Parts: sequence; C-alpha cells; structure tokens
Amino acid sequence: MSEKLSADSRCEQTGDEKQDTQEKEAVVPERAEEAKLKAKYPNLGQKPGGSDFLMKRLQKGQKYFDSGDYNMAKAKMKNKQLPTTGPDNNLVTGDHIPTPQDLPPRKSSLVTSKLAGGKNSIPRKDRVLRAEEWTLGGLTLCLLVQ
Amino acid sequence: MAGAGGGGNDIQWCFSQVKGAVDDDVAEADIISTVEFNHSGELLATGDKGGRVVIFQQEQENKIQSLSRGEYNVYSTFQSHEPEFDYLKSLEIEEKINKIRWLPQKNAAQFLLSTNDKTIKLWKISERDKRPEGYNLKEEDGRYRDPSTVTTLRVPVFRPMDLMVEASPRRIFANAHTYHINSISINSDYETYLSADDLRINLWHLEITDRSFNIVDIKPANMEELTEVITAAEFHPNSCNTFVYSSSKGTIRLCDMRASALCDRHSKLFEEPEDPSNRSFFSEIISSISDVKFSHSGRYMMTRDYLSVKIWDLNMENRPVETYQVHEYLRSKLCSLYENDCIFDKFECCWNGSDSVVMTGSYNNFFRMFDRNTKRDITLEASRENNKPRTVLKPRKVCASGKRKKDEISVDSLDFNKKILHTAWHPKENIIAVATTNNLYIFQDKVN
Repeated sequence: MSEKLSADSRCEQTGDEKQDTQEKEAVVPERAEEAKLKAKYPNLGQKPGGSDFLMKRLQKGQKYFDSGDYNMAKAKMKNKQLPTTGPDNNLVTGDHIPTPQDLPPRKSSLVTSKLAGGKNSIPRKDRVLRAEEWTLGGLTLCLLVQ
Repeated sequence: MAGAGGGGNDIQWCFSQVKGAVDDDVAEADIISTVEFNHSGELLATGDKGGRVVIFQQEQENKIQSLSRGEYNVYSTFQSHEPEFDYLKSLEIEEKINKIRWLPQKNAAQFLLSTNDKTIKLWKISERDKRPEGYNLKEEDGRYRDPSTVTTLRVPVFRPMDLMVEASPRRIFANAHTYHINSISINSDYETYLSADDLRINLWHLEITDRSFNIVDIKPANMEELTEVITAAEFHPNSCNTFVYSSSKGTIRLCDMRASALCDRHSKLFEEPEDPSNRSFFSEIISSISDVKFSHSGRYMMTRDYLSVKIWDLNMENRPVETYQVHEYLRSKLCSLYENDCIFDKFECCWNGSDSVVMTGSYNNFFRMFDRNTKRDITLEASRENNKPRTVLKPRKVCASGKRKKDEISVDSLDFNKKILHTAWHPKENIIAVATTNNLYIFQDKVN
C-alpha cells in the first residue's frame, strides 16, 4: 500500500518538475538573447526603454552647426585637421564640431515616383496627369556659407 | 463579400498586380511609407520617402463578363511634401509621408490628408473633363486677340476634353508639432481630425489652419524623467468624442473629450499584465505598440507590437481578448535584431471589411492573416516570382528549428531587409494592397 502511494507521489513530483523545466525553456530564448547581448556590450545600460533611448528617438533630424564654434575650433587647431565623424554620421557628440564635409549632400531633384511610371503601371490612355504644385524650392543650408 | 462565410484561409489569394521598379537597387525616395484605400475602395493612395503621393483608381469592369475585379491604374501623382530645414532649431525635416488618410467623399472631388514629420496638408483631387472654348478675346491657345479684329460676339461653350486629374493643396496645417508626427485620424464628425507626435496630440478643424487644440500632453516637466512616448493614435469610428493612443510601453489609453479639454487623464487604460519572471532587456522594446486600429464596428481595437497582434474589447481593459503570434521564431533572434535595429521596425496592421480577418506584415516579404472565427492563420509572400495574374499564392512556412521540411524556409535564411510594414485591405471586397520596400502588390481572392 505504502509503496503504491510513494510511487504515485513520485509521479506527481516528476510532473511538477516537467512543468517547471517547460516554463524555464519558454523564458530561456529571450534571456539567452539578453545574455548574448550583454556579453557583446558589457556597458549596456540597465534600462533600455529609459530616457537615453527615447531622447535619441526624439532628436531625430537634429543637425547642429554653429559657425562660431566651428571657427573657434579651427583657430584652436591651427594646422591640425578638425576631428571628423566616425562611422555614425548622425550622432553629434562630445567635442566633435560638424563640418561642411560631414553633412550629407543635397538631395537630388524631385522626380516622379516609379510607382506612377514604368511598364507595370499603365495610366489610362485618355488621361493626362498633371500636378499643380511643382515647385522648384531647393534645400539650402545657409549656415554653411563661410 | 469580404470575409463572409470563410476567412483568411477559405479564401484563395491570387496575384493581381505589382507596381514599381524591378531593380534591386532601391533609391531611398522610392521607399513606400504608407498605403491607404479610400472609403469606397475605388482609390488606393501610397506615400513614399520622397514626399510623393501616387493614387491608383480601380477600373470599372463589366461585372458580368469579368473574371476578376477591376485593375488599379495610376489616377494621379503629386509631390505632397518637400524637404525642409528648420534653421531656428537646426532640424532637418524629412519629406517622407508618414500617413495618408482619406476624407469621405462629399462631392465630385476627393480629399485626403497627408503628413510628414511636421506638417499636415489637405489635398483636393479633382477631375476636369470639359473646358470652355470660344472666348472672344483669346485664341484657343491662350494668346490674346487684337481687339480691333473682333467683329462678332459669341458665348463660350464647354466642350469635352481629355480627362485631367488635378491635385491642389487646400489647407496647410503647420507649426503645431515640436516632435515627429506619427499619426493622423479623421473624426467621425468629418469636421475635425487629430494629429499625434511623440509627446502630444492636437485636435484640428479641417477649415482652420492657424490654430489647433492640444488634447494630450505627456511631456514631463523634466525631460530626464521621460519614460514613454506616444506611438499611434486614432479616433473611434462612430463616437466623435472618443480616441485612443498607444505608447512605447505597450499600453493603450482611451480618452473621452467630453471629460475635459486636456485629456491627460485617460478614461480607460488597456494593458496586459506582464509576468515579472519573463522580463528581459528586450521586454519593453518588443512591447512597444507600432500601430493601433479600431475595428469597423467600433467594438474592438487591434494593436501591433513587435512579435504579435492583439485584439482588445473596449469593454475589457485588463487583457486582450485575442493574441496572434506573427513571427514567434524571432524571439530567439532578438540579440541580432537589436544589433541591426530591426527590433525597432514599426509594422502596421489592418482589418478586413467585416472585421473577421486581420492582416499584418513580417520579414522576407512575408505577410500574415489571422481569421478570428476559424482561428486559422496563413503566411503569404509578396514576390515577383508568382506574378501571373490569377496565380493562387502558395502558403509559406518558416521552420523555427530542427529539421526543415521541403518548401519551408529556415529562420536564418530570412531576409530582414525585405520588410512588409504597410498593408491595406479594401473596405468592402477581398482585395489587399501590400507594400514591400519599393513595390506595391495587389492581391485579390479567386473569383470563380
């Protein structure tokens, strides 16, 4: 009798264990990935959703250029080259002063979308496409004029 | 009928058309950034990174004879937004069209709202098929006639001409957003609309461009305390006083404009409780909601986060009523997806006309449909390989691990540069528009 009982309780236990390991396995992919990331970047901050991450998102498009800073830096450096950007051109950090060379080239002239042209999009033959608001405004960065 | 009798799987989806260039070298301006059918489904608008809008119109086929529904062909195209530079703030303003929303049709012309990061524009698209001829003082080509040669008077008459479709900007709603606009939504009153940026939501009247009301402001007094941003917002389809906005922390807030002028205090907060033992570095990032859409009925809303689609009943705030996994196999790839920034991709989602099926995009130019009634799902691919009209699309399957069966594709072979972020479903029929990076695919169900 007691043997039977103990056999039953053994089965229960293994059942629980099974569930436990299954749950752990479900968690493991994300945690394993997290471990991988921390191994690669040990200095990664604790709060990924914190203000640093969001501030970067909010600052998209910000391009700083101060001609005063630029000229002061140039004067200080005298003959030396100004530090140029690293691989990430969009981040302006620390002592890096943006130079005219850093900023991306002017965007090319505006042309018709390929969705509206080409063999795959056949406009109706009896129709003429006309857009009223074609302006020739360009993007000029006056601040860079020295 | 959209979704009637069956769902995403009883329907056999066939290739119909593909728009855009074939070449692999994609110009940045050609990247499609939004796709939207109008209220009747007759028009389909796309916006791209170059600030251009292209509108397609469905051809009116002879329904008795046709084997398929009308094709979509180019109706109008125009430059909606141009690149700008805000000198005061040293901000480059992209011309990329973030959203297009159609107004319901009130007269012969069509109206849509298109927005980039900072400025919303109301465009009027109208047809001209007649022109006046027989002026007394002008020649037909516009040159003025010498008045002394005019000996008789006649009344100019309207004569038919080749159809011309003109797009003109009717209102420009500018200077109301410090941060980047992510959503616009037209109210069911058809007079007002909202625009949402990362921290604020503004209410506009379609006729008034020089002012707007701020209805939500989550900017903290100290920016160091910033913990979440607004990711999407939408008005309720029937209740003109109700709107929702989603956040980067995975919550949705429903607000009632009758409660107060500034809706900083939500009426309802929808949030699924998180299991603390499951929390990881990635938890918050993948819970960020990239899109929120009300069902046509107004009873439900759908949210899209990085790995799943959730359906919420507006009457129940503590958890979604349905959750569908879009690409769960990516959970074990989060590290590399974080490194290549894919984890921040913003996928959209959409309902079919009868709210029985929902659709969203994934990687490798795959898109997914979930039938809410049968609980079945399907994965399809937008590819030029199947581009014979009326070719039925073959369901695709991703093999997460272990032995890969024939026709399956392994997770490591997925192309993460081929993302389908934008999809749209015709409001009445089983016709869908799926945007890959620079091509627009149109699929429809097999009409027997």
